[in-house]
Amino acid sequence: MALDLEKVTLVLPSGQEISLASRSIGENLRQTDLSVPAVHCAACIQTIETAIGKLDRVEGARVNLSTKRVSVRWRGEEVPPFVATLGRLGYGAHLFDPEADGKDKTLSELIRAVAVAGFAAGNIMLLSVSVWSGAQGATRDLFHWVSALIAIPVLAFAGGIYFRSAWNALRHSRMNMDVPIAVGVSLAYAMSLYETINHGDHAYFDASVSLLFFLLIGRTLDHVMRERARTAVNGLARLAARGAMVLREDGSRDYLPVGEIEPGMELLIAAGERMPIDGRIISGASDLDCSLVSGESTPRTVGPGAQVQAGTLNLTGPLTIEATAAAKDSFLAEMIRLMEAAEGARARHRRIADRVSALYAPVVHLTAFVTFLGWMAATGDWHRAITIAIAVLIITCPCALGLAVPIVQVVAARRLFESGVMVKDGSAMERLAGIDTALFDKTGTLTLGLPRLINAPSIDPTMLAMAAEMAAHSRHPFSKAIAGNAAFAGQPKLASVSEHPGFGIEAIAEGSTWRLGRRGWGEWKARTGGEGKQGYGGTVLTKDGVIVATFDFEDELRADAKAAIEQLNGAGVSVEMLSGDTEAACGEVAEALGVERFVPALLPSGKVEHIEALTRTGHKVLMVGDGLNDTPALGAAHVSIAPATAADIGRNAADFVFLRRSLLAVPLALDISRKAGLLIRQNIAIAIVYNGIAVPVAILGHVTPLIAAVAMSASSLLVIGNALRLQGFVSHASVQDARHDRRSDIGALAQSS
Amino acid sequence: MTTLAYLIPVALFLGALGLAGFLWALRSGQYEDLDGAAERILIDRDEPRS
Repeated sequence: MALDLEKVTLVLPSGQEISLASRSIGENLRQTDLSVPAVHCAACIQTIETAIGKLDRVEGARVNLSTKRVSVRWRGEEVPPFVATLGRLGYGAHLFDPEADGKDKTLSELIRAVAVAGFAAGNIMLLSVSVWSGAQGATRDLFHWVSALIAIPVLAFAGGIYFRSAWNALRHSRMNMDVPIAVGVSLAYAMSLYETINHGDHAYFDASVSLLFFLLIGRTLDHVMRERARTAVNGLARLAARGAMVLREDGSRDYLPVGEIEPGMELLIAAGERMPIDGRIISGASDLDCSLVSGESTPRTVGPGAQVQAGTLNLTGPLTIEATAAAKDSFLAEMIRLMEAAEGARARHRRIADRVSALYAPVVHLTAFVTFLGWMAATGDWHRAITIAIAVLIITCPCALGLAVPIVQVVAARRLFESGVMVKDGSAMERLAGIDTALFDKTGTLTLGLPRLINAPSIDPTMLAMAAEMAAHSRHPFSKAIAGNAAFAGQPKLASVSEHPGFGIEAIAEGSTWRLGRRGWGEWKARTGGEGKQGYGGTVLTKDGVIVATFDFEDELRADAKAAIEQLNGAGVSVEMLSGDTEAACGEVAEALGVERFVPALLPSGKVEHIEALTRTGHKVLMVGDGLNDTPALGAAHVSIAPATAADIGRNAADFVFLRRSLLAVPLALDISRKAGLLIRQNIAIAIVYNGIAVPVAILGHVTPLIAAVAMSASSLLVIGNALRLQGFVSHASVQDARHDRRSDIGALAQSS
Repeated sequence: MTTLAYLIPVALFLGALGLAGFLWALRSGQYEDLDGAAERILIDRDEPRS
């Protein structure tokens, strides 16, 4: 039990790390935000708040259930042990990026704008209804004046968002949907004000304000959805080390942030920590998990003199390393540079909405202008000509068009979210819908990157139980796989268990020496057999130097990987596998999954080149990968997906992140994206048909404020209704599955990684 | 007409009151943890908070 606890605290952030990530909130108080994915009910809130509140020097703790975060306020220099306390309660906690923290200013601005616009739209509409139902003379003028007054704060406050965005677009000589909105709204207001001053009978205050209201709703929904996905992704475990323990020449130890570590410094890396930077081992021996860095599935045994790369995980023994490169020159930074260099396919993609609006705005403005000229030529009445031209602008204002795209994307993102897939933005779905080739990384993506014991049935149960008992003392992936088979089968009690990094575990039980580990090390009496024929070198259990059991492992395939690949093939996508692992290991996996083409032993830049070659021949490539070595490829691909267990920068580079273990998330995301693409095109078609009917009416001068209000609302409702059809589209099995294990799954994932 | 002179301001004032209430609630963070607020009513506070 004591050992279990120790394991928990080992993977938790250290006190120094917490101190680095906390921020001062004045009066000697500091605040630390922790992501705690496992909280889900009132009992959790109470347990956590009470337990942390009781600690010394803690001022208070507050759980936010929506974002699954705990913020702890504490005073003093030393960090109170709240992370360990949470661990003891069974809640794995992860530090939060200080930059990612802070209130979402855009969201509160948008919500305030929606509130103001909604209030004004409601009141102005009430007054307008009175005007439409026959208010005359002074009463009508009064109503118009009141409407004009109410509309002012809306234009200033809610309209400001659009004016700024339109101005930004125009300044960079681009066109976006906000330009016609800004022009239409302000012209409508100006014309209505003129009408009001001159006791005219048609004012469009209601149109301009309710237009802003509808559009703001769409914009806010869009923002909320994106923000939610972003926080969920941020809340997962961080994989990159934040700092490291530096050993000074005079023997003192300092915990320094990664950015301040310079080449030549000596660092202490405990078992269970990730390498913060590239370095060379000075002393100590251990096994390194390189799966995130190189894609190799077998841990590498290292000793003094070996080079280590940033991002590898130290599994078994403490190491002292000498930094050979600063953080900015490390492997991690190199990957980021490669990724930035590769980014291009993504930047070239233009969202459907932008493409449409680039055409739309000039057409609308030209139509209004031609209408003005036409009426001037026909009647010579400039007031009438301007009124009708502005009516054209209002009726074509892209209310339906502004809602057509975001609303489909919000509904689609929500559907994906329920199935455990996070979408970074709407353009990602558009890009995913267009792919024809899917490239998968092997280790960590098609496989879980975790070995699985395959010959358990053929091992003597007593020996297996003995091995499991010993394996429970190590964090080596093979040990974890063996420890999963623990059972009581009358095995002797262990005494003095010790781990020999790079070799295995030794234990003494009932006078015999047991060893679990490498063949050549465990079997010291009769050195007959060479290395095992398995690629994994051969792991054995020996009693007093004689082999009593051998263990064979294979990399465990990700759940539903085969089904997912079949579904992708069925959807007309050709699937390939790219890996940094050996050809033999790749071949095995490819055969098991039915993948026809694979490229083994690729360097990170090799993956990028492969993708660029495919892109040049006209393919649209989806990259699915998790490792640091995949990050440049994730950036280079047309669109990319990463599992939640991926490296930090990989997760940030990917457009989609899926939280569950099942790979079916990939075909699901493709399916929903394609349907969303269809609905978006339908919605745009609806908006165009609406304009096709309404614009001639407006040009002929038959549009009154009443007709404008009805037409706009009707087209918006039609578009929203069409978008909601996506809810019913998707197969129900996955939805039920999703409900079933959403909470536990996210928590388990975050804890295990 | 004379009734309108005070009815409209009254209506607008009431509406503005609601709007102000909403903005206040937004600013004081009442919308930041909707799920948490729903669950918190289930927590008994036997001991007074220190």
